Amino acid sequence: MGCGTSVATEKQGETLEQAMKAAVLIQRWYRRYMARLEMRRRYTWNIFQSIEYAGEQDQLQLSSFFTFMLDNFTQLNGNGPDLISQLLDPVVDPWLDRETCYNLIHVPESYTGPRLSFPLSVADTNALLSAFKDQQTLHARYVLQLLYETKKLLKQMPNIVHLSTSYYKEITICGDLHGRLDDLLLIFYKNGLPSAETLYVFNGDFVDRGKKSVEVVILLFAFLLLYPDYMHLNRGNHEDHIMNLRYGFTKEVMQKYKTHGREILQLFQDVFSLLPIATVIDGKILIVHGGISDQTDLDFLSSIERHKVKSALRFPRCSLEHLDISQSCRQTKRTRSTDSSRPSSSRSQNKNQRTPNTRLSRQDSAASTSSSSSSSSSSSSLCSPRTPSCLSPHAFPSSPCMPYSVNVLQVPFLDSLSSVPLPSPSQHEQEWKQIVDILWSDPKIQDGCSPNTFRGGGCYFGPDVTQRLLLQHGLQLLIRSHECKQEGYEFCHNGKVITIFSASNYYEEGSNRGAYVKLGRELVPRFYQYQVSRTTRKLTLTQRVRAAEGSALRALKEKLFAHRSELMAGFQQYDQNNTGRVSVCEWALVLESVLRLDLPWRTLRPHLARLAPDGSLEYQSCFEDMGPGIPLPQVTSNLAETLFRYRTDIEIIFNIIDKDHSGLISIEEFRQTWRLFSTHLGVAIDDSAIDDLARSIDFNKDGSIDFTEFLEAFRVVHKLDSKDQQLHEKMDGEKRTG
Amino acid sequence: FCLPEAIVLNTKVLKKLKGAFQAFDTKSDNTVDIKEIGTIFYSLGFFPTQADLQTFTSEVEDERSGYIHWDRFLPAMTKVLLEDKFPPISDELLLQAFEVLDKEKRGYLEPEELTDYMTKEGEPFTQEEMDEMLTAFTDEENKHIYYKDVIPHLTLERKM
Repeated sequence: MGCGTSVATEKQGETLEQAMKAAVLIQRWYRRYMARLEMRRRYTWNIFQSIEYAGEQDQLQLSSFFTFMLDNFTQLNGNGPDLISQLLDPVVDPWLDRETCYNLIHVPESYTGPRLSFPLSVADTNALLSAFKDQQTLHARYVLQLLYETKKLLKQMPNIVHLSTSYYKEITICGDLHGRLDDLLLIFYKNGLPSAETLYVFNGDFVDRGKKSVEVVILLFAFLLLYPDYMHLNRGNHEDHIMNLRYGFTKEVMQKYKTHGREILQLFQDVFSLLPIATVIDGKILIVHGGISDQTDLDFLSSIERHKVKSALRFPRCSLEHLDISQSCRQTKRTRSTDSSRPSSSRSQNKNQRTPNTRLSRQDSAASTSSSSSSSSSSSSLCSPRTPSCLSPHAFPSSPCMPYSVNVLQVPFLDSLSSVPLPSPSQHEQEWKQIVDILWSDPKIQDGCSPNTFRGGGCYFGPDVTQRLLLQHGLQLLIRSHECKQEGYEFCHNGKVITIFSASNYYEEGSNRGAYVKLGRELVPRFYQYQVSRTTRKLTLTQRVRAAEGSALRALKEKLFAHRSELMAGFQQYDQNNTGRVSVCEWALVLESVLRLDLPWRTLRPHLARLAPDGSLEYQSCFEDMGPGIPLPQVTSNLAETLFRYRTDIEIIFNIIDKDHSGLISIEEFRQTWRLFSTHLGVAIDDSAIDDLARSIDFNKDGSIDFTEFLEAFRVVHKLDSKDQQLHEKMDGEKRTG
Repeated sequence: FCLPEAIVLNTKVLKKLKGAFQAFDTKSDNTVDIKEIGTIFYSLGFFPTQADLQTFTSEVEDERSGYIHWDRFLPAMTKVLLEDKFPPISDELLLQAFEVLDKEKRGYLEPEELTDYMTKEGEPFTQEEMDEMLTAFTDEENKHIYYKDVIPHLTLERKM
């Protein structure tokens, strides 16, 4: 018996040991699998961030173009600058300031949405919440009234709002929402609606990019009107009508409010510029949307008339009269060419630029020292993926050595920069810069303060700048937003700066969490994270990574496609014998220098390009599974590529020209716009090509162009999954009411 | 670590190591958080146990700062490569491992059983790891984990 038992236990022992070994094995395998997934997630993240910030560079270019158009449009057609200035510098419609303007709008009996009564009550905000959850749209009459009331309220507020925790228990601070209604509702669900017990500060960027910007901002304003003591809003860089033109808010408003959209947008413009720019808690915590610069002066900021800075993208008009942007731009255009390879063009650019430049700089030294963009250039290897690690001559043709000199404003103009001297900045310019710095700056790791070239506005500020400002004003913490973070929040500058970002899944389903931060009397921040899930079934990490990765790679391929000729030129430099192949190393070098995206190209290579049997890379394969949506006849590839690259800008310009928002513009208008635009791109496209294009896209042959159709042609489609895309879009279609 | 002069990693391998390292160098100062060492190892194709990782990190950590600098990482990794310290585990072994746990040879495991093993035996999973595994691999209809189907997922790798 004894023998039997011991054998049994021995066998048991063996089995247990086996089980343990087995378990360890499985665990190791699984952990490895998860780790590789994590790697893919990181690369995907890098791609999204790089592309996003590289894209934002463009909007300042557009702004310069607007300015140029304003100044020169009269020369091109007799219409005068009305077209552009109408939208950019609208004369305040006296109609909109009168109470009767919205009263005159009739709300039909059939309208089943909320009917607000002012002053607002909890019943109204509840009605709005449930209406928006049910995909309803608020009637234009109530939108206008809401905006009008909000404008009245905001006018009474200071630039910097001071809060105290002695009156309120806890304060919740939220970051960017970007039109994500689900995230806002989730925050309210988790944390409670605004009330005396639950104070909120929303730190800007309520609109743009997401599809429900209108609903988000209406809710925020409604709560602001309901509880002006418990609800606080800071202005973000997207509370700006020019940004809205590009990033979707304008379009959303026009689509949801076909009749009154324009009036609504004009009121939004006023309201946005009236939003306070900062909040301070207990005199210790500063909350701003972007960040600070080495010249941020909170006392000065408190004193200015903030509403005068309608948009960060409109340089103070007066200074531009002293500048001759057009002159220096013409110089730039002459030397720039899209097709020639990089080294030779930069040399010729530098040569031609030298003469006007030296003239300018001599003028500079006479002027006084303070200027908008001067700063110590600590440009050596900035860590974030979006900063150019090398300042290639292609991007800065005007200055052969240091791109940033005192008293010279670098005006990005489309693909290049112009050196434009500034006279000593006027009050208006100083105000503009102070506000732009607050709304646009990003923290960086190294000390110092340098212009934020990637964003096109504001600065990169280092820990020393933070330290100095906090000390100067007796503050202990800076809370800001403006940048998407994987975990929804992030510390930097030795814990002195918090970034808080509240739009989860910003790039793609599963890309990041959203977060909000709560402060009690002791002013110790507590973070709460969340992630909105579109599907009820929980997605595994694998599925999320796959979706995000697919999306990121698609975006990356589009970037490659948009720069095809430059890339091909670069590849061909390494392939003198025209074999169609280069080494992986050379391929990576070309991509790096043309796209200026700091990404792990080697690791991404399998997704982007094919290898030949001998291990070399077939570079044409980069562009293989991409193509335009509808094949356009008689369009040269150069034109197609240019149109593709600038399609967002073109869309904006069309939107401006199409005053009645019919979706149609006349062929003549198209021709003129395109001629103007292409002249400044420096793209040599002769008139007959433009005419051919105009004719070929006049699908109805009625003399007008439906530019939605036109843009469709330049929407890049992945040849392999175009069918899937269509299906996806169908399922994703939103109900629209009103 | 004293590296014999003769040992120099070939460029390809070096670039691979650097790439994996840099993916986690979020501060751009040539250091990574020690918590990421496991991920870096796995991404390079190694199969260390948690204990292995502990040993490795304790040898290379920068004075309890929580970070490892490239200059210490590289020689230590080179050693790992040369000594083939954490060799890969084949799929067959993985299958056998599952079969050991599946005592009745049903071809599947119940979620509770797997949870029991994974969270109590070996180097236990955290709740999060367990949840993720169950969500990913449990068959929707009858709530079983058919490990034969799971294995291809675990082993299917995109060539990076």
